Amino acid sequence: MRRRVAVTINGAKHEHEVEPRLLLVQYIRELAGLTGTHVGCDTSNCGACTVELDGHSVKSCTVFAVQADGAEITTIEGLAQGTTLHPLQQAFWDEHGLQCGFCTPGMIMAAKQLLERNPNPTEREIRVGLEGNLCRCTGYHNIVKSIQAAAKVMATGAGSKAPAAVASQKEG
Amino acid sequence: MAVSQLIGASIKRREDPELVTGSGNFVDDMSQTALAYLYVVRSTQAHARIEGIEASRAKEADGVLAVWTGKDLQPEFQAPLPVTTSFVPEKKYPNHYPIASDRVRYVGEPVAVVVATSKAAAEDAAERLDIRYEPLSPVLDIEAALKKDAPVLHDDVGSNIAYDVKRAGGDIETAFRDADVRITQRIIQQRLIPVAVEGRGVVADYKKFAKTLTVTSSTQIPHFVKIWLGVILGIPESNVRVIAPDVGGGFGSKIRVYPEEVLVALASRRLSRPVKWTEDRNENMKATHHGRSQIWDVEIAAKRDGKVLGVRTTQYLDLGAYCSQFGTFQAIALLIIQGPYKLPAFDGRGVGVFTNRTPTDAYRGAGRPEATYLIERVMDLVAQEIGMDPVEVRRKNFVPPEEQPFTNLLGLTYDSGDYRITLDKALELVDYPQFRRDQAEARKRGKYLGIGFCTYLEICGLGPSVATTAAAGIGFWGMSVVNLHFTGKATVIIGSSPHGQGHETTFAQIVANELGLPLEDIDVVHGDTAIGPMGMDTYGSRSASVDGTAVYLSSVKVREKARKIAAHLLEAAEADIVYEDGKAFVKGTPSKAVTIQEITGAAFQPHRLPPDMEGGMEATTFFNPPNFVWPFGAHVALVEIDGETGGTRVVRYVAVDDCGTRINPMVVDGQLHGGIAQGIGQALFEEARYDETGQLKTGTLVDYMIPTAPDLPSFETAATVTPSPTNPLGVKGIGEAGTIASSVAVINAIVDALSPFGVKDVDMPATPEKIWHLMHRNGGTTR
Repeated sequence: MRRRVAVTINGAKHEHEVEPRLLLVQYIRELAGLTGTHVGCDTSNCGACTVELDGHSVKSCTVFAVQADGAEITTIEGLAQGTTLHPLQQAFWDEHGLQCGFCTPGMIMAAKQLLERNPNPTEREIRVGLEGNLCRCTGYHNIVKSIQAAAKVMATGAGSKAPAAVASQKEG
Repeated sequence: MAVSQLIGASIKRREDPELVTGSGNFVDDMSQTALAYLYVVRSTQAHARIEGIEASRAKEADGVLAVWTGKDLQPEFQAPLPVTTSFVPEKKYPNHYPIASDRVRYVGEPVAVVVATSKAAAEDAAERLDIRYEPLSPVLDIEAALKKDAPVLHDDVGSNIAYDVKRAGGDIETAFRDADVRITQRIIQQRLIPVAVEGRGVVADYKKFAKTLTVTSSTQIPHFVKIWLGVILGIPESNVRVIAPDVGGGFGSKIRVYPEEVLVALASRRLSRPVKWTEDRNENMKATHHGRSQIWDVEIAAKRDGKVLGVRTTQYLDLGAYCSQFGTFQAIALLIIQGPYKLPAFDGRGVGVFTNRTPTDAYRGAGRPEATYLIERVMDLVAQEIGMDPVEVRRKNFVPPEEQPFTNLLGLTYDSGDYRITLDKALELVDYPQFRRDQAEARKRGKYLGIGFCTYLEICGLGPSVATTAAAGIGFWGMSVVNLHFTGKATVIIGSSPHGQGHETTFAQIVANELGLPLEDIDVVHGDTAIGPMGMDTYGSRSASVDGTAVYLSSVKVREKARKIAAHLLEAAEADIVYEDGKAFVKGTPSKAVTIQEITGAAFQPHRLPPDMEGGMEATTFFNPPNFVWPFGAHVALVEIDGETGGTRVVRYVAVDDCGTRINPMVVDGQLHGGIAQGIGQALFEEARYDETGQLKTGTLVDYMIPTAPDLPSFETAATVTPSPTNPLGVKGIGEAGTIASSVAVINAIVDALSPFGVKDVDMPATPEKIWHLMHRNGGTTR
């Protein structure tokens, strides 16, 4: 039995009939055609599929598409404004925070929420905050540096800001 | 080489903007009209005969296009999967086909494929297959494989032993006769799962009238895959094109021609439509090859003054169920055990065995981490036995720099290196005397700090063709094409196939440095067999020293042609032409220069060229290096062990590496960070485990633990630079150094921390449980 799902992804409306078992990550990749969100495991360990759902970062392999009906979703494709990168994207580039780039979209989406909750984290807080995102290339060293660099930029208000809708739903 | 600021500059990677915005192009991102999806049905049995497969219910399922068993497909294979010599020419191994027909030998081996209009439909239909197995006794580890009455995996091999070979040099009997101390030790290199965060994936498209096959695969070796798809499926090589798009990590796990590449290509040919397969993580954990899986028995002969006289060892290598393409590559360890040390004698034996487990093959370092682990444990075991500082034991045994180039006991010649310099620098960075004081203080308070050293020497840069043909059965080279367009922009084709290493950036730096072109005018392309001559792809830390050198040499050829054209345009003698910063001029008159863009324009207008010159501005190079390259370094791990839980925390990690000229230090450091993390993973966390029936118990990332961010410290890296004399750039390799050094540095640190408990060795992974038991085996008392 197929079910109707309507979501807004990066500001654009999408509506499809889907099987109830369809995962949100499959919806995003296969039906919305946004392939920046990746699948790296079957068990919600790797975090490559991390997106923002109504202001909360979620692993989109752990959410059924039908559960997201009516939601506002931000994926990695929604962060840059034209060719102006989000401060986190810029920092990952500047600090060599990626190698193969496969975990990177999920890593950036997780880092975005981390900085929204804690704009000035310590190194330890960054590392603990990234526990749900696996990277096999960087040893996390430059990922941590990237997030520290982005935190500085975002604290001074340079670069693009998080959309207001997201900021207002931040957890206290 | 004219070094400008471009060699040695941490240029930001041009690869990154696409990747940080979600615009990368990985195999699973590809969509295509009429795409069909293949699902591989895999053996649930470690060892069994296939009695029958009933497929009719699966064939009737919604969306199913085809269901084929091994018996259906076997007649189409014109050759088995390739196996290379890989340091063991004298081995016996079975033919291994992409899919089992009558017998399965590991859990995860393909037994059938289902092709359907969607992935879900294929997977649903696969559940309707009825596969009947007649179970056979499985062989579950190395020791079981060696037993006289063990079940034999391959009737045509006749036993579970693929090879039993000797690799020796020097007089081992004398070494043991002259020794003051003799130490024996068993070392376990546990089975590891590579876990690239992107699993494998393949899209194949066979055109039935043109008879062409295009395969896009998440592979490290598109050129090898092209050759073997042609051979196995009987398609002329010129009709096969293989593309490696963005590849989400390899670490050796994508270094071989895989069964699925053949099966997906075959399905496309049979159905005359494009077919896609992507690997689930659970599938990846058992269907993509594993690494290490070795037992080493070691005997050491040493003098009380710290001089190591000889090492006798046997490497038992678990090949898994078949001999994989580079399955015996890890036997290279027996050629390089002595590392940076002047060892008088070595007596090595290598035994390769078959077990009912996933095949093993190259995993980051492949043989070199094992060799380094062994000799670096030897140094610490000797130090502990004679009561000498492990640093002093290493110094006593280093090859003296004045003996470079030094030929080791197995006939390999080291190209350069004073191995003291990285160690000296590392000791300075950690403040060794202060650490020992802190350690003594901490012990009084019941805290256990440890320091562990690894002074490694690595062989990389495959390779000198003559040597590699003898040892590995194939001659290696580097390939490049540097091709300037009419407007002076460059396209550079490289033979390497990166998957995170940043070649598009670093190889552009080499060309820009030589030709004086702006970096943004140089496009580096790779990973597509249709765009240029054959390359030898990426593995074994070879790309910078071999393909990078090829890029350099092509650039030099282009520059020399530019000088000739400039001489003609400026009506001067070629000898008087100076080429600098992308301009050519007559010595002394830089104001009347012609730019490389103008020269290249002239190269495409034959009337402006010297009469005997062909047009175009293009050069191709096949570079055969005269030797391997030999990076070295000193890594120091500082650990703290929790006396209550046995948990280990790496509190500092200092790495001083000498990889010769650093083209892009930022990229070099990045390679080190990732490598160190993987080695720490082996030391502390990772192990593929099987149960008594041969089921993989660590088949998900819940059960198989790779390091996460909070498990690791930030790393402290530093460098010394001893340019390699083997190539004009002076570069060595750095892709595997971190992994080679870090697991043993961490284990040496743990043993050091536990020395008050009389601990002399600990097996990897050094889990809290193992360490707690070591601390409490004598009731928890320290000496």
